[in-house]
Amino acid sequence: MSLLAVAGVTKRFGGVVANRDVTFEIRPGELVGVIGPNGAGKSTLFDLITGFERPDAGTVRLDGRDVTRLRPDEISRLGVARTFQKLRPFPGMTTLENVMIGAFQKTSDVGAAREAARAALAAVGLADRADAHAGGLSTGQRKRLELARALATGPRLLLLDEVTGGVDQATVPGLVRLVRDLHATGLALVVIEHNMRVIMDIAQRVVALQLGEVIADAPPAEIVRDPRVIDVYLGEAWRA
Amino acid sequence: MVKRTALLALLAAVLVFPAVFTLPFPRHVMIMIFLYGSLAVAWNILAGYCGQISLGHAVFFGIGAYTSTLLVARAGLTPWAGMAAGAALAVVFSQAVAFPVFRLRGHYFAIATIAVGEIVQTLVINWDWAGGARGVFVPIKRPDSLWNFQFHESKALYYYVALGLLLLGLAVTRWLERSRHGYYFRAVREDQQAAASLGVNVAREKHRAIAVSAGLTALGGTFYAQYIFFIDPESVLSLSLSILICLVAVLGGVGTLWGPVVGAAVLVPLSEYTRVWLGGTGRALDVVIYGALIMVIAVLQPAGLVGLAARLGRGRRG
Repeated sequence: MSLLAVAGVTKRFGGVVANRDVTFEIRPGELVGVIGPNGAGKSTLFDLITGFERPDAGTVRLDGRDVTRLRPDEISRLGVARTFQKLRPFPGMTTLENVMIGAFQKTSDVGAAREAARAALAAVGLADRADAHAGGLSTGQRKRLELARALATGPRLLLLDEVTGGVDQATVPGLVRLVRDLHATGLALVVIEHNMRVIMDIAQRVVALQLGEVIADAPPAEIVRDPRVIDVYLGEAWRA
Repeated sequence: MVKRTALLALLAAVLVFPAVFTLPFPRHVMIMIFLYGSLAVAWNILAGYCGQISLGHAVFFGIGAYTSTLLVARAGLTPWAGMAAGAALAVVFSQAVAFPVFRLRGHYFAIATIAVGEIVQTLVINWDWAGGARGVFVPIKRPDSLWNFQFHESKALYYYVALGLLLLGLAVTRWLERSRHGYYFRAVREDQQAAASLGVNVAREKHRAIAVSAGLTALGGTFYAQYIFFIDPESVLSLSLSILICLVAVLGGVGTLWGPVVGAAVLVPLSEYTRVWLGGTGRALDVVIYGALIMVIAVLQPAGLVGLAARLGRGRRG
């Protein structure tokens, strides 16, 4: 059975249709990329899955259970973690404290949460910044912090909104390796990514959005040959 | 270790203070420091840690004052029962009013709390059974007794009760700081959406914060009524009281354990002594000095006096 099943989801903001009849599934342990031009509805789709927005039509199911109307914190507690495109650290708290907020989902004990948070920071390579204030971290470090925070909740499904967006080229390989390592642990991931080289490299399957609609859902090798995807997104350079 | 020793020394000094200073005035100043300190500590739990700036805390103070006073004056109960009832009522009221008010964020939340305060004050002004605008006297009972919560001979027992209230507030804050909820409060203050995405039930944490804050504030209200023997809507339900509670905490440093106490220790003597020295020259002069002080602090050190002390400490070490 699928871990996540999005069926016929539509979301309108006033006259703008952000998502139209979006349907796709994520199986346990899968790594799926989501691509599409700016405004295609990628981040809205994440908001709909994680309860930050409610769809006007359609359902979101987790393990077959309808979670369409649940609040973000309830969905988080069902094992779905996310990062935000516009990073949202708790700036007045230390890096470690930031991650502890996620870790408290598994334990109410402060000491245990601190240990779990240290482990999550080590996993993303931020252990040396544990006591730094989150507001003072670089963009790359804040991306890792959001990842650590999400991981500390102990998710089964992780939604990453732009892994490499906004960071310098030197930082990209490290972040990509991190995503690969997470996938290797059996975690299911859905990754929004603009860097096509990255997405083609790591994703097992790619969902392409255009104006809120799914125009393709296929393995990367097929996506790059799909005429509609090439037209709306990849451009002439990819037409072999 | 040094810090612990210093705190114990401070506590010992505070405990023996009434034995050394036997005149009523110094004791009164200390009692006011404890009272306003405890109110600011309570406010700080909601505003400093959870980030919900309330300008309506006089409502909870007034509920504490009116509940105990009316139960004493109309039903002959001991003020201690009234204190417990007042705290319970303040918690219940906070939960009811929180549902609509917490839907608002930032400035809008603060404005809504002002509105709630004004509504409650207006209702009590027009409520004759509760004394209306004329207020209510606490019936004087002699001799002094702990049961009646009245100490006319000496302020020493008031002193220790007020100190107890402050220590209770500090203990609750310390406990929260070291519990999961304290961390959740701060996460809610920093970013509600990010907190929700990590599994924090934001609404429930806010309700928890205002419940604790309201209950502690109401205890102070009962103490005030038993200490002053007279309450009216102006003295215990006014916007200026709500703002004063906020000022004390902001001056000392919001979101810190000791900030509100430091704020009270600076502002209360300033107010009491300017009142004594400059009394008759115009009632507002102490308020002018307050205002100037708050502006200086806000411009130079937004983290309050506690933040200033931390910065000076770092400077010396560095």
